[in-house]
Amino acid sequence: MAQFLQAVADGILGGAVYALMAAGLTLIFGVMDIINIAQGILVILAAYLSYVLSVHLHIDPLLGLFITVPAMFALGVAIEWAFMRRLRGRERVAMSLLVSYAVAVIIEGALYQAFGSTPVGYLPRYAVKSLYIHGFNLPYIYLIGFGLAAAALAAIYLMLYRTKFGRSIRATMQDRVAARLVGINVDRVAALTFGIGVAVTAAGGMVFGATNTFNPDSGYDLISRLLSIVILGGLGSIAGALVAALFMVTAEEIVNIWQPTWATAVYYAVLVIVLLIRPTGLLGKREARAQ
Amino acid sequence: MISHRARFLSVGITAAVLAAALAACSSSGSGGTTHKKKAPIVIGASLSLTGQFSTDGLAFRKGYRLWAHDQNAAGGLLGHHINLTFLNDNSSPTTATSNYQTLINVDHVALTIGPFSSLLTAPSATVAHRYGYALVEGAGGAPSVFATKLPNVFDVSLPVAASLLPMINWVASLPASQRPKTAAFPTSNDPFTQPQVQFAKQKLTALGVKSLYYKVFPEEPTQIKGIADQVAAKKAQIVVLGSTAVPTVSGFTQAFIQAHYNPQVFIATAGPDQGAAYQQAVGHYNYDGVMVPNAWYGGSSNPLSKKMVAEYIATYHGTASGINADVAEAYSVGEVLTQAVNATHSLANSKIISYLHKGVTLNSVQGPVRFNSVGENLAATAFVFQWQKNNFVQVLPTGTGSTPVEFPKAPWGK
Repeated sequence: MAQFLQAVADGILGGAVYALMAAGLTLIFGVMDIINIAQGILVILAAYLSYVLSVHLHIDPLLGLFITVPAMFALGVAIEWAFMRRLRGRERVAMSLLVSYAVAVIIEGALYQAFGSTPVGYLPRYAVKSLYIHGFNLPYIYLIGFGLAAAALAAIYLMLYRTKFGRSIRATMQDRVAARLVGINVDRVAALTFGIGVAVTAAGGMVFGATNTFNPDSGYDLISRLLSIVILGGLGSIAGALVAALFMVTAEEIVNIWQPTWATAVYYAVLVIVLLIRPTGLLGKREARAQ
Repeated sequence: MISHRARFLSVGITAAVLAAALAACSSSGSGGTTHKKKAPIVIGASLSLTGQFSTDGLAFRKGYRLWAHDQNAAGGLLGHHINLTFLNDNSSPTTATSNYQTLINVDHVALTIGPFSSLLTAPSATVAHRYGYALVEGAGGAPSVFATKLPNVFDVSLPVAASLLPMINWVASLPASQRPKTAAFPTSNDPFTQPQVQFAKQKLTALGVKSLYYKVFPEEPTQIKGIADQVAAKKAQIVVLGSTAVPTVSGFTQAFIQAHYNPQVFIATAGPDQGAAYQQAVGHYNYDGVMVPNAWYGGSSNPLSKKMVAEYIATYHGTASGINADVAEAYSVGEVLTQAVNATHSLANSKIISYLHKGVTLNSVQGPVRFNSVGENLAATAFVFQWQKNNFVQVLPTGTGSTPVEFPKAPWGK
C-alpha cells in the first residue's frame, strides 16, 4: 500500500511538471489552431538555458527563471511573427505542423552545434533533497515543479478569465473573424499567446533539466508525450492538459509497480479508449472554450 | 597505290603503338626507383551520433579516427591511405541496417566496422554477412549477437554475459559477516543489460544473497524515478543496475540521493565507464564508489593502451580517467583489422574472415584477442572498475595492479 501511495505521489508531482510543459502547447492550439510540434525542443532549449546559467554562470536555475522566462517569451513572439503569422487559408493547421517541425529542426541543429550530443544535466542542491511526510519521500525539485505548474496554470487561468486581454484571447479562440470585426487586434493576441505558450516552457524545461540528463534529441521523446497529453485532455483545454498529465504519469507510476514494461502501453491503451468514447478528449476543445 | 586514308590510319596506329610502348617503358622504369602511390581505401561504419547512444557513438568515432590517424602515419593498410566514412543511425537498429546497405552498395566501402551496442550490431552483422563483409566490432558483446552464429562477426571486446563475474567472485570471497545479504536487480529491456543482470542474480542468489527486487523496465525518462524509488524502498545492500547509458544511471543516482538510500555496492552495466560525461551528469562526487564492469580503463598498464591514452590526451585533451572506454573498444577494432589485413596481405573480406577464425591471438589496447567460432573474444579478461574520488580505478579481480574495493561505497557527494 505504501508503495502504491508513493507511486501516486510521484505521479501527481511528476504529472504537474508535464502539465506545465503541455499547457503552452494546448494554449497555442486553443487560440491559433496551431499544433506547435516545436514545443518539445523548446522545453529542451529552456533546459539548456538553465544549464548554461547553472553550470557556466553559477546562477541558480530557479532564480534563472527571471532570465529564461522573458527570453523564451521573446523567442515565442519572434517565432510567431517570423513563421506562424504567415500561415493563411484552409490548410493552416496542416501547414502549422510542417512549419513548427521546421522550427524544431532549426533549434535542434543549433543546439547540436552549440552543445553537441553528449547528455548534460545540472543538480542544484534542492534537486537531490527531499521532504519526508508520514514516510513519503517528496523531492523538493518535484515540489518546486508542482508549485511552478500550479502558479503558471493559475496565472494563465486568471489571465484568460479575469483580464481584458483574456477576453480578447477567448474571443479569438471562439471566432477569429468575429474578434477582428469587434476591434480585437488578432495578430497581437496571437503573438502574445504564442509568447506565453513558449514562456511556460522555461519553467518546465528548468525542472526537466534538473530531473533528467538531456541532449538535443530529447525533444522528440517529449513532444510525443506532450501531444498525447493534450489530445487526451482535449485540444485547447488547459484544465484537460492538467488532468491528462496527472493521469498519464500517475498511471505509469502505478503500473511500474507490477510491470514497468507495460506502463507506457497501458497509458496509450487508455488514450485510445477515451478517444473512442469521447473523440474530443476528456475536456475537449468545445467544452474548454465554454468554460 | 595506298589511299590517303589508309596512310593516315597506318601512321596513326604506329604512333599509338609507339606511345603505348613509351608509356610502358616509362612505367616500368619508374617502378623500380619511386614508390607508386596506392589508391586510398574507404572503411565505413554506422554510428550513433545522435539519440540514446550518442555519447558512446561519439566516443567510438574518436576511437576509430585515432586508430586511422595512427595507422595512416604508419603507412596505412598495405600502403593504402585509410579514409573513414560514418553514417549516423540515430541509435536506431533499423537505420543502422539501412546505413550498412548504403555503405556497401552505394559507397562501395572496402571494409566495414561495427556500430555501437549489441542492439544495433546484431542486425548490422546480418547485412554485412549478406554481402560477404567481415564486421569487426567493439560493442556487440551480448549473447543475442552470437546466437545467430554468423561467421563474419568478430567482437574484440569482452563478451557481456559473464562480465559481472569478478564482482560475484568478490562477494563470494567476503567473510560471511561482511557479505551483503540482500540485492536488487533492476534492468533495462536491452540485449546488452538483461543477460548480465540475470547472470548476476542467478549467481548471487546461489551464494545466499536474497533478491529483493528484479524487474525489467524501458529506459523512459518518465519511468526511471518510479523504478528507482521502488528499489530504494527495498533498502537492498547491493544494487546491480542494467543500464545502457549515462541518463539511466544518473536518474537512479538522483532518486537514490533524494530517498536517502546509499547501497553498500552500486554497480551499473554501463554509464560509469563514460568518463567525464558520467561525472558531469551525476554531479559532484556522486560517482564515488560506483562500479562498472569493462575490459579497459585509462590507467591500464598495457603499453599499447598507454600509447593510445597519450595520443588521445594530446588530441582531445582531458585526463586518462576521463576517457570513455568506448574509445578503446573502437581503437581495438582498428588494431585487430590491421593485424588481419597484414597477416593475409589482402583487403579481401573472405580472407580476413577466414584468418580471424583460425584461433590466432592478436593484440589490442584492451588486451589479447582470440575469437571462437561465433566471434566472441575468448582471450578478454573481465575487470570491474570503481570511481574512487576523482579516479577511475581497476578494483577487480583483486591482485597485482588492482586497487582495493571501496566497500561499503562512500556516502553520496562525499
